[in-house]
Amino acid sequence: MVTIDFLGPINRDSLQVDIKSLSELSEILKNDEVVSSWLGNCAVAVNDTMISSKDIALSDGDKVSLLPPVCGG
Amino acid sequence: MNDKLQLFDGDLPVQEITNTWYDEFRNSNYGAIITFVGVVRDEDNIEGLSFDIYEPILNSWFDEWQKKANNKNAIVLMAHSKGDVLNHTSSYIAGVCSPKRRVALELIDEFVEDFKKSAPIWKYDIINGKRVYAQDRSTKITGAGILS
Repeated sequence: MVTIDFLGPINRDSLQVDIKSLSELSEILKNDEVVSSWLGNCAVAVNDTMISSKDIALSDGDKVSLLPPVCGG
Repeated sequence: MNDKLQLFDGDLPVQEITNTWYDEFRNSNYGAIITFVGVVRDEDNIEGLSFDIYEPILNSWFDEWQKKANNKNAIVLMAHSKGDVLNHTSSYIAGVCSPKRRVALELIDEFVEDFKKSAPIWKYDIINGKRVYAQDRSTKITGAGILS
């Protein structure tokens, strides 16, 4: 299973999903009522490393984090 | 534990942090020590700000900046708040220590600007005791939208 964490203001509990790629995750989240509207603004990290392409294979135990727009300071 | 990146619950003890940095680094032969202190302003009827931080990625972002500063014989320092910070108190301090003035002045500018657009920190206004995400002041991280 892959754990999906929604960070900051996205009001959604973590998900456990059986997927092999970010493309599969994209399809799942597009159908999620809470998360779908955030997808266009969210950056993505896999196992706490920021990534820039969804052509990434996922393995059992991986963690994917969605990071909405930031504003520190 | 990274002693150059410090996180605090609530507002920052500014004098304590900046005095500690000064005492620690003035003997390291840095000719320039610059600190930037961010103070929460009273505007738009907010009572203060509140912050969420994702520490694993903040740490790696900060470590990259430390390497960049070290390549210029400088170091970067940072303190930030988690949770609620009321008006007229501080939530953010950035610091640079460098042998040379020009390097320090340029680095503090780049460091603070990149912090604003890349560090995984989320800001909320506190209005009537409730947290409201500061969406219109927030910036998409580079590469956002790959799942859309």
